[in-house]
Amino acid sequence: MSNPENILEVKDLKVHYPVKTGILQRVTDSVKAVDGVTFEVPRGKTVGLVGESGSGKTTTGRAIVKLAPITSGTIWYNGEDIGNLGKKPFFPYRKKIQMIFQDPFNSLNPRMRISRIIAEPLDIHFKDMSPSDKMDRVVELLKKVGLDESHVNRYPHEFSGGQRQRIGIARALAVEPEFMVCDEPVSALDVSVQAQIVNLLKDLQDELGLSYLFIAHDLAVIEHISDDVLVMTNGKIVEQASAEDIYENPQHDYTRKLLSAVPKL
Amino acid sequence: MTRQIFIRLLRNRISLSCLIILALLYLCAIFAPFLSPYPPSTQNLKKAFHPPTAVVFKDWKLQVKVYENIDPSAAQYQAIEGETIPIKFFTGGKLFGLDTEDDQARIYLLGSDSTGRDVFTRLLHGARVSLTIGLVGISITMTLGFVVGALSGYLGGKFDSVMMRYVDFLLAIPTLYLLLALRAAIAPYFPSDKMFYVIIIALAFITWSSSARVIRGMTLSIRQRQFVLAAENMGQGKFAILFKHILPNVSSYLLVAATLSIPNYILGEAALSFLGLGIQEPEASWGLMLSQAKSMKVFMLNFWWLLTPGFLIFITVIAFNILGDVLRDIVDPKMKTTS
Ligand SMILES: Nc1ncnc2c1ncn2[C@@H]1O[C@H](COP(=O)(O)OP(=O)(O)OP(=O)(O)O)[C@@H](O)[C@H]1O
Ligand SMILES: [Mg+2]
Repeated sequence: MSNPENILEVKDLKVHYPVKTGILQRVTDSVKAVDGVTFEVPRGKTVGLVGESGSGKTTTGRAIVKLAPITSGTIWYNGEDIGNLGKKPFFPYRKKIQMIFQDPFNSLNPRMRISRIIAEPLDIHFKDMSPSDKMDRVVELLKKVGLDESHVNRYPHEFSGGQRQRIGIARALAVEPEFMVCDEPVSALDVSVQAQIVNLLKDLQDELGLSYLFIAHDLAVIEHISDDVLVMTNGKIVEQASAEDIYENPQHDYTRKLLSAVPKL
Repeated sequence: MTRQIFIRLLRNRISLSCLIILALLYLCAIFAPFLSPYPPSTQNLKKAFHPPTAVVFKDWKLQVKVYENIDPSAAQYQAIEGETIPIKFFTGGKLFGLDTEDDQARIYLLGSDSTGRDVFTRLLHGARVSLTIGLVGISITMTLGFVVGALSGYLGGKFDSVMMRYVDFLLAIPTLYLLLALRAAIAPYFPSDKMFYVIIIALAFITWSSSARVIRGMTLSIRQRQFVLAAENMGQGKFAILFKHILPNVSSYLLVAATLSIPNYILGEAALSFLGLGIQEPEASWGLMLSQAKSMKVFMLNFWWLLTPGFLIFITVIAFNILGDVLRDIVDPKMKTTS
């Protein structure tokens, strides 16, 4: 069915949330958050997913890792159909596919020290690892994302947004994933910091051979990191092209609208 | 976090005084057998409703005056001029006692009750029941409240609707009736000297529901936060998420709620015991002691010392309430009621 060069293939994915009304909570309607989306992510490449707020980007990303309920459609990961797997059979993919979250102020538990935050996925997927090996791994990961060993015993509130996003990346990298869903990882950051994080993700991709689904709402960030770009609105993908083509030769009105919102340098 | 809260409690003059008062009360309860001059059930029927004995300084010693009963029908006592008994300290495992061979002589710092038992002694022993009931009770309440509330909020679905309808049901019945009904239902299974447990079970059953509801609400909002999604995404189990991610983020609420609901236990015990449905004689508890003060005789003849347990209940409840209010202001400044 699927092309072995693609790490991820999504076909006709739909996520509909029921709308319940009245005291009896009867289902009267549905929100079509994702409404028939088809795309693929080639191994080792970055696919950008762009669209305005509410267009269904986050829901698409979450459906891949079963954080959003799939109404219909298929998801192939490395040629395996993972869209219909139960909780247990899906468990190995919770190691292979990681997610980076939009809001760095919300994605780290405020009551946990950095060492515990980064070691949490190790506790789950590397049960046999000794505590001292885990600690070494945490320190190694912190250095890898550009943070200092001395940060291990601090709490998230002691860090800036950019540093927290680095911690989130270290946590995602801890279990040696192959594929990462990056859900607007830089939207909440200052422009100067955005570039640093995007470059970090690029360097990590080169070093570790990762594949990304990179979600953003502005084309400037997407163009910088993506090989291919998907433009999404109202739960549907309206345009799909390489990063240059999108910039040079936008086909869809909606894409042009997005482009005009990008500040000209 | 916990340490910071504690330091701020110590810095605030009001909460510091509450903490000191409560610490003293709990210390008195712990060391009751040492601090009290008699065992709690030692009677002296010739000295019923004895007023507090005056302590004087004579011959370089602290001494107590000796009283005679001038009107047994009205329990009227008068000090005998010039007759005193010296107090000795650290005798027979007690902090103080009377230095006399006469086993009818008594030191009553806060008078005696209807069977001549020392009110001071019984206050100290009663504190053990009245003060521990709150601590044991809230640990049950908060555990139940957290488990039910967090599971409802996190799992949602059938479990949630069933539990929350049940909580609504509990909250809809007036507390006192529910308490009396529960007490009647449980009491036959316990001997009368184990009423302590009956009271705790009945009160815990009533009070867990409101905290469960609040915890459920907090869990609903926390489970939407991205660090919980991150944990789910990495394959963390349900219970690990409840205890690693949700519990630490509701713990400050639990602390405030616990402090504010200790008074419910103290008052609940007092109410049951006052009605004769709680702690049974010859044991002591503040509510039980207070029930002696409801007789007409006590009221007419002004035996004020029998009201001291009420005063202690009042002090304890106020101290816990103020402490809870200050804690809430520290934990959640948005809820602050006064400037
Ligand atoms: N759990 C849910 N229940 C009901 N509706 C939902 C749920 N999650 C998302 N939606 C709806 O689905 C639509 C798409 O939401 P989604 O979060 O995927 O958008 P987005 O493109 O990520 O937007 P943003 O840029 O603001 O993050 C929105 O209309 C949203 O209201
Ligand atoms: Mg989003």
